[in-house]
Amino acid sequence: MDRDRSLHHIEAALESPAEEHVHHSSFSPLMEESSPGLEEPHDAVEMEVLAEEGGGDEQTEVLSALVDRRRGSVQGHEGSRQGNPLARERWSSATQRVLCSMPSRTIGRGQGAVISQYSDRTTQLRRRRLSQPSIRDYSRSARPSIRGYRMEVDPEEEAKEREKLVNNLQSLPAGERMRMLRAMPLRMAEKSELRKLACSSKVRRSLSSTEISCCSRLKFYTIISLQQGWGIVVSFLQSLQPWQVALKTVSGRFGTGVLSYFLFLKTLLFFNVFLFCVNGFFLVIPQAANPPPYDYANVSFSGLELLTGGGYFTDTVMFYGYYTNDSCQLPENSTNGTANQSNCTQHTSYNIPVAYFFTIGVAFFVTCVILVYSMSKSFAQSFRIEKSRGNLTVKVFCSWDFSVLKKSSVKLQTENIRTQLKELLSEVNCGKVEKSLLRRLERMAVHVLAWAMCLASTVGCALAVFHLSKHLFEDHPPVSMSLKDEARLLALPVVVSSINLLLPGFFNTVAWMEEYDSPSVRTYVAIFRNLLLKVSVLGMLCYHWLVKIAGDSEKLKLKCWESFVGQELYRFLLMDFIFTMLDTLFGEFLWKLFSQRVLRRKRKPVFDIARNVLDLIYGQTLTWLGVLFTPLLPAVQIIKLLLLFYVKKASLMMNCQAPRRLWRARQMSTLFITLLCFPSFLGAAVSVTYTMWTIEPSKTCGPFRDLPKMFQSGKRWVEELEAANSRLTWLSWVYTYLLENPIFLFIAAGVFLIITYFHTQVVDGQRKIIALLQEQIENEGQDKKFLITKLQAAHERKQSFSPRRLESRDSEVSGMD
Amino acid sequence: MGNKQTIFTTQQLDAYQDCTFFTRKEIIRLFHRYRDLAPQLIPLDYTNKPDVKVPYELIGSMPELKENPFRQRIAEVFSEDGEGNMTLDDFLDMFSVLSEMAPRDLKAYYAFKIYDFNNDDYICVSDLEKTLNKLTRNELSEDESRLVCEKVIDEADLDNDGRLSLEDFQHMIIRAPDFLSTFHIRI
Repeated sequence: MDRDRSLHHIEAALESPAEEHVHHSSFSPLMEESSPGLEEPHDAVEMEVLAEEGGGDEQTEVLSALVDRRRGSVQGHEGSRQGNPLARERWSSATQRVLCSMPSRTIGRGQGAVISQYSDRTTQLRRRRLSQPSIRDYSRSARPSIRGYRMEVDPEEEAKEREKLVNNLQSLPAGERMRMLRAMPLRMAEKSELRKLACSSKVRRSLSSTEISCCSRLKFYTIISLQQGWGIVVSFLQSLQPWQVALKTVSGRFGTGVLSYFLFLKTLLFFNVFLFCVNGFFLVIPQAANPPPYDYANVSFSGLELLTGGGYFTDTVMFYGYYTNDSCQLPENSTNGTANQSNCTQHTSYNIPVAYFFTIGVAFFVTCVILVYSMSKSFAQSFRIEKSRGNLTVKVFCSWDFSVLKKSSVKLQTENIRTQLKELLSEVNCGKVEKSLLRRLERMAVHVLAWAMCLASTVGCALAVFHLSKHLFEDHPPVSMSLKDEARLLALPVVVSSINLLLPGFFNTVAWMEEYDSPSVRTYVAIFRNLLLKVSVLGMLCYHWLVKIAGDSEKLKLKCWESFVGQELYRFLLMDFIFTMLDTLFGEFLWKLFSQRVLRRKRKPVFDIARNVLDLIYGQTLTWLGVLFTPLLPAVQIIKLLLLFYVKKASLMMNCQAPRRLWRARQMSTLFITLLCFPSFLGAAVSVTYTMWTIEPSKTCGPFRDLPKMFQSGKRWVEELEAANSRLTWLSWVYTYLLENPIFLFIAAGVFLIITYFHTQVVDGQRKIIALLQEQIENEGQDKKFLITKLQAAHERKQSFSPRRLESRDSEVSGMD
Repeated sequence: MGNKQTIFTTQQLDAYQDCTFFTRKEIIRLFHRYRDLAPQLIPLDYTNKPDVKVPYELIGSMPELKENPFRQRIAEVFSEDGEGNMTLDDFLDMFSVLSEMAPRDLKAYYAFKIYDFNNDDYICVSDLEKTLNKLTRNELSEDESRLVCEKVIDEADLDNDGRLSLEDFQHMIIRAPDFLSTFHIRI
């Protein structure tokens, strides 16, 4: 009955926070009540005595006091700092001893603690490999520190733990073992010792056991040689790292924010190299080795071709129109015997249309896989639990950029950190200034105005592009190949590039007058507006090319609309490159002069990372759009990126300075690669798919000239294969039902969406669990504080109690006399 | 691939490769960087594991560390004797942890040790003050510095003992994904 009463008591305490003060003040009499039981405690076991002491009543009352104290301190957290009892220095020696040997305080103490921690981790890893534990298996009150670490270990225990670690390491596969070894915070000597023990025992074991069948030995050797081969490949790729020194100079002077732009450039370069290699090997080389029997007019090479892509270049491997719709013969070795030559038409013919279709398809598929993989990896690393507190700590510990090497940049960084710390302090001190309603409305109005201006200018530019393209191509189609007409072709690219150059500057100017809560919001808004502009312009252009030009190619008297679109994309890419160069070489230089002379700012202008990265993404989108029509476009992009690297670096060194705010490099890199994947790659993939599936190829040129739709080349090849070899009927069945039928694609997309939704829900759930666990950690801390203070207080009372008892006994004795 | 170098034995190189985040080529390159600090002190032949240390003054004069306000703590944490005089093993260890492939937990562990100036396995208020002074070159006033330290302890100290343990530090690092890119020295 007593227990029930106290349980009700606890529940009442939980439900009525208003009565907290009552309970809070009853805390001290509670302690006095329970103290008579502590007459002869031993030093080290005081905590256990406290737990055992008293009957059910006292325990539940202690518990309720605990609950109340927790709730009280959670609510009164701000005020509790002043009287932090744990910060008192005058602990008794007993308390000190207990405190020092607490499990959480031995972390990082020495080698022994690290070894035991890692032996536990490897045990967990082994167990996890055998069965996936669920969240349910983790007990609610288990503190990670107790589970992970040990108390101060003596040498015997350390040796045992070490052996356990070595055993665990042996049982792990080689890759995991290496990863575990590398991640251990031990000295090199210790690690190589562990490694020797782990590896040598394994080798000895495998050699000594005689019942290993030759199959598993073979498997063992294959795996070892594969791993070594992979190691060689990886080291070769790493040795190919271009621009190591250049990147180090950039990061040494400007920090990791600006470095992320150059790293992004490097990533794009690798994508393009891959595309170029694939295209070159499977498309360009076979076709170039077997030039089609064209009877093209002898157009001489005039310089304008480099700009327009037309003229001499039209009938070369560069553009779609050059490719035959036949199989061509691969070059045969003349030293082959005559017996082979009779079979050559069967074995060595190379079907160009099929190769074209599958090369582009597979290249896009592989690019998609690589992009999604790097995006998800990047996202996993930059995942943040959004919490507003902790800004100051993060600023103190994580804002120093260790890769900055130059003295002036280091000085700049020091100043930046100081300014930011002061700002954060003032924010924290003053708290949130309550803005008046009028002020808020004012801000809202300014934002609405700014957004209206930006959207209006975007829409205006898109319409301008639309009308200009209509005027240039539909109202006055380019008939002849005269110089004037060729120059007219450049008008649209020039206009679009100037829009891309000028409008983001306009957006930045508009953003000046706006007021944002934080600089990252400002960056995101700027990126979004820029992105919107580029997406609308590109969308308009795609409509123009794929719907208007492809649809009305006879009206426009175009022999080969695909080549024409390829040339257009080449022109756009080139113009983008020229304008970027001009902007970098002259624009940044002029802006530096302007800001130093006219605006009289002492510092050089800042490198606008977001804008430059978006320009890179735009260029890459053009490349991906054009790869179907211009297989050599990745080569142009490679040259452009190489030159851009050096020009940007030179301009950076001369004209710019390091950014003032901490640029969240990880999050921004994640954002950029997401932007590369979603609007950019997805848009390009959708247009290419649309082209292949719905648009009719031109009848007079290209590898698909006799097909109603491009994708049917694959179908025709599959049918041919089936006719040649009747066992391959399943292939055509697969092709018809899986690749052509839209229902399969819908189902696949639906399943994909469901899986994505499921994973987002799981992530949400995990976030909630993290919040719960955080709360538990804080509660455990409160518990610890409570117990330590109670311990100390009890000890002190005992000290003051015993002399008093002696005195009272003396007085009793004297009184009795 | 032919093993043309004579500095290390194959086993030594393999051990280094497995215990750090560097490849063979990078380890040789790092060895030459190490040797360039004190060419007359470091032999070219490490096959018999000579016990040579480069004094801290030379380590601290490396271009990668010269301007870093924490260079002394970095050298002390990674050196065997705790004074900053580093052997080749310590040198490789240091740059391996500071490379971009090191995982977050490993970096957090060593960052904690670096910021713990008095080596008591806790970042207490005095450690924080020293960190702040190094970060801002002593240009924060006393009041501001004290305020910042208090706020930091307030925010990050989860078990409420008035100082940051490794757990608290790691918990805070989880909230800062930029830590991986800032705690990184390229060599």
